[in-house]
This record gives sequence, C-alpha cells and structure tokens, in this order.
Amino acid sequence: MFSIDTGSGFWNPILWVLVIIIAFLMMYILRSLGRKDYRKTTEQIKPFLSGNPELEKDKMHVRGSNLYWGFRESLKGFYNVLLKLHSGNTSDYILWFVVIMAIFFIIIGVI
Amino acid sequence: MTSIEYIIDHSPALIIAIPLLGAFLTPLVSRLGSRIRNVFVIIVAMLTAFLVFLLASDVFSDGIRTYIFGSQDLTTPVVRILFEVDGISIFMAIISVLLSLLAAIYSWSFMKKYDGLDKYYTLLLLMTAGMLGMELTGDMFNFFVFLEITSISSCALIAFWTHKGEAVEAGFKYIVVSAVGALFVLFAVALLYGQYNALNIATLANTIQYSFLDKIAFVLLITALGMKAGLVPMHMWLPDSYSQAPSSVTLILVGATQASLYGVFRMCFTLYGGVFADGILSSMTVGWFIVVLALVTILIGVTMAIIQTDFKRLIAYAAVAELGYMFLGIGVGLTAMGTSYGKTALDGGVFHILNDALDVGLLFLVAGSIYYATKERDLDRMGGLARNMRYTSMFFIIGLLAVAGMPPMNGFASKLLIYESTYQLSPILSIIAILSSILLLAVFVKVFHSVFMGPELPRFRDVQEVPRSMLLAMGIIALIIIVIGLIPGIVVENIVQPAANSLVNHLDYISHVISIGGV
Repeated sequence: MFSIDTGSGFWNPILWVLVIIIAFLMMYILRSLGRKDYRKTTEQIKPFLSGNPELEKDKMHVRGSNLYWGFRESLKGFYNVLLKLHSGNTSDYILWFVVIMAIFFIIIGVI
Repeated sequence: MTSIEYIIDHSPALIIAIPLLGAFLTPLVSRLGSRIRNVFVIIVAMLTAFLVFLLASDVFSDGIRTYIFGSQDLTTPVVRILFEVDGISIFMAIISVLLSLLAAIYSWSFMKKYDGLDKYYTLLLLMTAGMLGMELTGDMFNFFVFLEITSISSCALIAFWTHKGEAVEAGFKYIVVSAVGALFVLFAVALLYGQYNALNIATLANTIQYSFLDKIAFVLLITALGMKAGLVPMHMWLPDSYSQAPSSVTLILVGATQASLYGVFRMCFTLYGGVFADGILSSMTVGWFIVVLALVTILIGVTMAIIQTDFKRLIAYAAVAELGYMFLGIGVGLTAMGTSYGKTALDGGVFHILNDALDVGLLFLVAGSIYYATKERDLDRMGGLARNMRYTSMFFIIGLLAVAGMPPMNGFASKLLIYESTYQLSPILSIIAILSSILLLAVFVKVFHSVFMGPELPRFRDVQEVPRSMLLAMGIIALIIIVIGLIPGIVVENIVQPAANSLVNHLDYISHVISIGGV
C-alpha cells in the first residue's frame, strides 16, 4: 500500500515521514532549551550588521539574479551558445524541427 | 442494464460531448450573469470528471472499452469512428480532466477582472474536449482533428490578454508550430491511409508492413508530436507560450502538452508496437535516440531555468526538464524492452506524467497568484511575500519539493523508478538525471528566496492573500501531491501499472477490435 518496488530496492514514504517527525521533535526540544528572555517588541528583533546601520529594505534584499552568479560566470561560454540558440525567432523553431526530423529519418533509414 | 451501466457504456461519447456542448452553451449562459456562467462551467467540468472516473473504474477493472460512432456492423465498409479506451488512454484522461476542473475553479477569481470571459470559458471547455478526444480516440484522422481543436483553442487562450503584445506574439508562435506539426501528422495519416485503406489505429497496427512509406510516417508522427510535447531542441515555443498565457490556461496547457506526449506513446507502442516486437525495427536504436534527446531536454531545461528572472518562464523551463524525465523513462523502456528494468522505467515514465502535471501545475498556479497579488513576474522586483501570502508560500514549498523530487513527495517516487532503471542501463545517465534534479531544487530555492524570503518591501506592504477559489485550486493539487507521495504503492499498482501495461501489451489493443469484428 505505502511502498513501491523499484526493481533493485523499495521506497516506503512512511519511514521517511517518521524520520521527519523525529527530526522535528528534536528541533522542538533544542528550541525549548534556548533563552527565554527574547522579546518581539524590543530592539532584539533588529538585524545586527556588525554595528553598521541598516540600509533601505529594497537594498537589503538579495535579488533573484544575484543568486548563482558564480555558476553563470563559470559557464559563460556555454550560456552564450545556449542563449544564441534560443533566438525567439519562429523560423528557427521550425528549423530545429526539420533538423531533428532529418536526423531521425537518417537513423530509421539506416537501420 | 442499470442506469450506471448505461452511462458507462456511453461514457466515451459523453466525455467528449459534454464539454463540447458546454463550450457552445457558455456564451448563452453568460447572458444570465457571470456567476451563473462560472457555476455552469464548473458543473460541466465536474460532470466530465465524474464520467472519466466512472469509465476509469470500468477500464481498470474490466479492461479495454470500445465505443462505435456509426454502423455497429464493423464488416460493412461505411464511415464510422471507433473510440478505444485502454489503461493509458484513461490515465491521460484523468490528468486532463483534473487539470481542466482545477483551471475552471482557479479562473473564477483569477480572471474576474477581465472582459470576454464568455469566449475564455468557451475556449477552455473546447480545449478540454480536444485533449480528451486525442486521448480516447482509436482513429488516426480523428486524432488529428482533436489535435487541431486543442491547438486552435490553446492558441486563442495563450493570446487571451491581447493588450499585451508579447501574449499575441506567443500565440502566433504557438499556432505556427502547431500548424506545422499538425500538417505533418496529417501527411503521415494520409501515407498510412493510402497504403492500408484504414484509419483505425488497431486495424493499422495489425496490418502495418513497415514499408518505406511507413518509415516516413513514423518519423513524421514522432517528430511532430515530439515538438508539440516540448522535446529539446524543438521546445522553444514552450517557454514563450507557458509564460505569456494566463496561469489558469498554463495549467491546462500542461495537459495539452502531455496529450501530445500520449500521441508519441500511442504511435511508438501501439501503431508501431508490432514492428518493434517482431524486431523489424530495433527498439534499442529508437530507444537510445529518445534517451539522448531526453537527457539533452533535462540538461537544457534545467540550465536555462537557473538563469531566468521571469517567474513563469523559469517554471516553463523547469517543465521542459520534467518532460525530459518522462521521455527518459520511455526511452529506457524502449531500449530495454522485454527486461524487468525496462518495465520499471516505463512505469516510472508514466507515473511521472501524473506527478509532473500536478507539481508543475501547482507552481504555475502559485506564479499566477503572485502575479494576481503584486502584478509582478520579475523575480528581481519581488521579495518578502511570505509574510502576507502564507498559504501561497506554503503551496509553493510543496510544489518546490515535489518538482525537485524530494522525498516523501510524489515526484520522488516516480523519479526513483526512473533513476534505478536508468542506472541498470547506464550508470552515467542516472547520475546526470540525479544531478539535474538537484539543480532543479537549486532553481526553486532561488525562486523561494527571491519571492517569499527577505525583508518586507515597502511596495508590497499592502499585498493580501489571494481569493478562496484560487487557494482552493492550489490546495486540492497540494493535497493530491501529498497523498500520492504517501501512498505511491496504491497509485502505481492501480493506475500507473495498468497504463504502462497497456503500452507494452499492444496486442490486447488490436485483439479487442478484432474480437468485435473490426479487422
């Protein structure tokens, strides 16, 4: 009912759920051992930036395009080619269709 | 015969007739008011869903069901159309009808502010009828007709926001690609009809000789339907269309894309199934070709997704990668045809169709909700929305985990079947697939951080959670994702395996028509 046979093993999500529940319990216990003097209405909630003043909220947020910058930079060559292929031109879309059809036909014809 | 048996008997016809009739009645019902129209469309979708589930219970318990439009005497040469519903047909129909119903519910609030909704709902029901027709028909020309109905209604819905130039452009690209694809499908159908004087899939599968013309027809069918299914490098229309359509439409577009994927299955495993089984055409060669294209699809999809800053375009590229996983399962299934791991791969590929529709569908609805609340799609302009949109962010987390194949979500179960079977074919292929899935997780972690985390931005301070109908649609999908994730055994055993078995046992499909005197 719960598990599936993968051919070389099995997968039972209930075991995983049990592990998650145990992990959450441990997290809850650890959290309850923490300091009790935290107050939401005080300065405790302000971010600590090594003594520097906090910038405007808009400038503090790490934007989507900031993430994985290194990944993009290191694969610049790959992405230059990939973006060139995604031209947005409908003629190119059809051209790729013809190319794949030709390759497939050669494969089928040779066999 | 009880009334339920009578309904089941005629359900293949009713499943198409009800949304079709509903579509043409919608403009008239719209005259009575928008609320009545919305209720009417949802009732039509629910009724269709009810019939699909009724037929599914019958097909899964009693096997293939055939419905004849026209003369019941199959030996007389008159015009008739056969609907032949087997495991894979009804499996796909369940997905399509579920997506259509949820899109109708979601649209209630999402599309409320826009004009021309009588046309919108008409097209939505037409598209539903088209998809279901493609999946239930047993006739090649009829398949082409429903493919066209789906394409034309999809195109109009993609370009529904005509005030946006980009939406019209996306609609234009979609119709060009669809028309070219459909033209080649029609050409293939003509080649088969010219040789065998038949259009019925079972009849053709029984008599096919694999002549030179059959080879041409095979290439045309697989390539054209592969393009409609978004196989790389013929996928480029997909991010354009998915990102520009209203999110409720994108949800059904996922189903329309999968209906073309179903077409690939039907042609490979049923129409040309005997050619593979007899060893006339090497299933290994075709399988490897599909495996290579599948891996390229996964890699291109995921690497393009990671650099996107448009929310919906990013999900569209992730959807391309997910399509690659389905093709990988099918490719490995073909390559290792007859082995136990080949069957496991096929199970995984079929299971992933259902999971992808739900996971990617949920993410598109979340993107639509964010757009509804903020009028933003650019990830660089968003942030901190989890504060005001708690339910939406929770649904996004569920979709994120599911699409990235994180346990215990549904996506993990199907991907595990694909990984393990692919590993037995070639470990390196499996490693690439797993690494791509990890990259997919990274992609959506980026989205989660950009959209929901971070400080509360001043311009989004007054943003509110989306209306109930939108939450309900997302909630239903999230619930199904969790349930499938927790009981994958039941789903695989009762729905997925019968669907995959119907692909493998193509002779059952043929012999059913023979048994009623059709061949």
